[in-house]
Amino acid sequence: METRNILLCGVGGQGTVLASKLLAQCAINRGVGARTAETIGMAQRGGCVVSHVRIGALSSPLIPEHTADLILAFEPAEAVRCLRYLKPDGAVVTNRRAIKPVTDSLSGSYSGEAMLDYLRAQVQNLTVVDGDAVCAACGSAKVLNLALLGAAAKSGVLGFTVEELGRVIDEKIPERFRALNKKAITLSGKV
Amino acid sequence: MKELLMGNAAIGLGAIRAGVGVVTGYPGTPSTEVLETIAKARPADVYVEWSVNEKVALEVAAGAAYTGKRALVTMKQVGLNVASDPLMSLAYIGVKGGMVVLVADDPGPISSQTEQDTRTFAQYAKLPVFDPSTPEEAYEMIGEAFDYSEKYGTPVLFRPTTRICHACAVIDTDGTRREIQAEGFVKDPRWVIFPKLSLAAHAHIEARNPEIGRDFSTYSRNTVECFGADGEHARRVIVTGGVNAMYVKEALAALGAPDTRVLKIATPFPFPESLAEEFLEGAAEVLCVEELDPVLERALLMLCGKRHLSVTVRGKLTGDVQAAGENTNESVRAVLAQYLEVQQPAADDNMPAPPALPVRPPVLCAGCPHRASFYAVKVAMQGKKCVFAGDIGCYTLGNAMPLDMTETCLCMGAGITIGQGVHRGEPDRHAFAFIGDSTFFHTGIPGVINAVYNGTDLTVVVLDNSTTAMTGHQPHPGTGVTMMGDVAAKVSIPKILEAVGVSDIQIVDPLDLKAAVDAAKHAYTVQGVSAIIYKSPCIAVTKPRGTMEIGENCVRCKKCITALGCPAIYRDGETVKIDATLCTGCGLCAQVCPVGAIGMKKKEEANA
Repeated sequence: METRNILLCGVGGQGTVLASKLLAQCAINRGVGARTAETIGMAQRGGCVVSHVRIGALSSPLIPEHTADLILAFEPAEAVRCLRYLKPDGAVVTNRRAIKPVTDSLSGSYSGEAMLDYLRAQVQNLTVVDGDAVCAACGSAKVLNLALLGAAAKSGVLGFTVEELGRVIDEKIPERFRALNKKAITLSGKV
Repeated sequence: MKELLMGNAAIGLGAIRAGVGVVTGYPGTPSTEVLETIAKARPADVYVEWSVNEKVALEVAAGAAYTGKRALVTMKQVGLNVASDPLMSLAYIGVKGGMVVLVADDPGPISSQTEQDTRTFAQYAKLPVFDPSTPEEAYEMIGEAFDYSEKYGTPVLFRPTTRICHACAVIDTDGTRREIQAEGFVKDPRWVIFPKLSLAAHAHIEARNPEIGRDFSTYSRNTVECFGADGEHARRVIVTGGVNAMYVKEALAALGAPDTRVLKIATPFPFPESLAEEFLEGAAEVLCVEELDPVLERALLMLCGKRHLSVTVRGKLTGDVQAAGENTNESVRAVLAQYLEVQQPAADDNMPAPPALPVRPPVLCAGCPHRASFYAVKVAMQGKKCVFAGDIGCYTLGNAMPLDMTETCLCMGAGITIGQGVHRGEPDRHAFAFIGDSTFFHTGIPGVINAVYNGTDLTVVVLDNSTTAMTGHQPHPGTGVTMMGDVAAKVSIPKILEAVGVSDIQIVDPLDLKAAVDAAKHAYTVQGVSAIIYKSPCIAVTKPRGTMEIGENCVRCKKCITALGCPAIYRDGETVKIDATLCTGCGLCAQVCPVGAIGMKKKEEANA
């Protein structure tokens, strides 16, 4: 692994920040450097959030456009919004469920399926994850991040293995939540 | 130990390592986590407090520095405006123990009212300023800032930007801690500001600052780096600082490392002139890559004028670099490609246009009690001539559709006073001033006293959610806990209002819609200053009550959506649904529904 850029995107409150921290810890465990940059503050309240994870010796906290190896999207429209960051042969792993903003319920016509269709047409290496099914099976909406990380690891586009994810869960997540998060990884890709 | 640390955490740990003894601050994005980190990791002899506002915080820190302790005060850039009164005088008085005033700037702005530049403020206050370019550098630099502060007996500014504060990097923390011997407070005329002392201090500062500039010319974090085969002799060179130094580095690599050299300035003021003059030798042009104000650019223009250097200075003032907003890898690369006349790698941008993307402005959380408060006043005042003055906090989001209930927002505490001014300008318009509990303590109280004293008709609406929600739930005087983990006396908002002469005070649960509406209707009829305290805890610090559900008898009128704009209620085709993962069971929608179709999900079903 020389350098690797992973962009995580979603809607405030979905758990992108923890996911980016876990990825950075995976890199540290391999003895390589990592940088992340997050959206914190007002934008968190239901707004678009983006986390940049840069692995290896890189200087800027932000991923330049057209250089992301992977986009890990917690919401399909957010994957589309961030697609300019993806490098030509990069991979996208996205959650299936669309999140409708209030503005859309008031006047819009946002369709998550149209976003997925667009992604299917543009991205060769696309994995659509039914993260909500994993969450339902685990009984917690908070494990969406591990469901997506697990699916990305299993499809080989994460750059880290399921075992490495298991190790950072042990290191970074409080003990009472570890089993739940590992279950989300196990179930990811199965439901 | 090597660990992934947020820039703010790195700064906090760096301050502990440097032997900081007293830490104060007021929360503000992107500065907040510095003090929080210290509170969590502090050795037992380090004192930490969230002060009621930045002016108070800076004064407490200054007093600590008078005793010889190392003191740190933290705030965001607009907080420095509040703290500017003590800062300007303290610049003259000076300090004994090292004192660092950490002010986080927010290019963009991402979460702020202004794009002001603390480097410019440093010039105005005549104080040294440090500008870290990475979290790693910030970890070391905060200790060096304390050293310079003590060396020159002056407070110094430390100015990270959002991309330093909220970026994480792997940092090798060594776990050491510098021992600081504090002499204690020693009575001395130097601590009392008088015109005679001020004149002498002013003269001293003007003589001292060029000396600090010369000192900074050899500061190890002001660095020169050459790029390309012959960067040393390049005619076009670059001066930058802060996170922009990283964007420049990344861009030069992407552009194939053309011949140039880069001066990274870590101390924008006093400007290290001799280092810069040496750097400019042989250069015909210099481009300044920076955010917010053209601080480096102006310093170079001045240097070139002073030293008659034949160098063209380019940057924001020449339109090469954008005047406002945050720089990015892309914007910097485009500027550098043009400046160095190299080809940008062609972007593969032949993707067809995507379907219309949903707009996601930030909104009040599902179940937020502020939504209920705003809705109640809105309903109660329908058809009445009012102004709804807002303030700074989560509740600024009351401006969003469909609530549309924040008609003014200026700065901390200004809702109460702007409301008074609108009423004075237009006496038949009734002012409702919305203010959060933390903001009330910060700068809200003087405005209430002003209204009482001057006999202004005004309704103060305190949105009391028992926390400082926007910045991540910090305690404040009304919460009964401190940052040291101690239980403190709760300062009562109604008792303050009563004590300053507000005669009509109602305390209401905003989630009881009828009571909340009635309270607003009553307050409108009161002569003089009235107050409503809508009291209900922030949903992020309390357990959800349950989940609402929509019954078969829903007539699809969508009033719950069009009236409230709660993110948990959404339209799926023509049906209305509730997102159980977001709903907290506040029950406001059930009270708004005209046909009683919304109710609390029964517990056993909710658990299934």
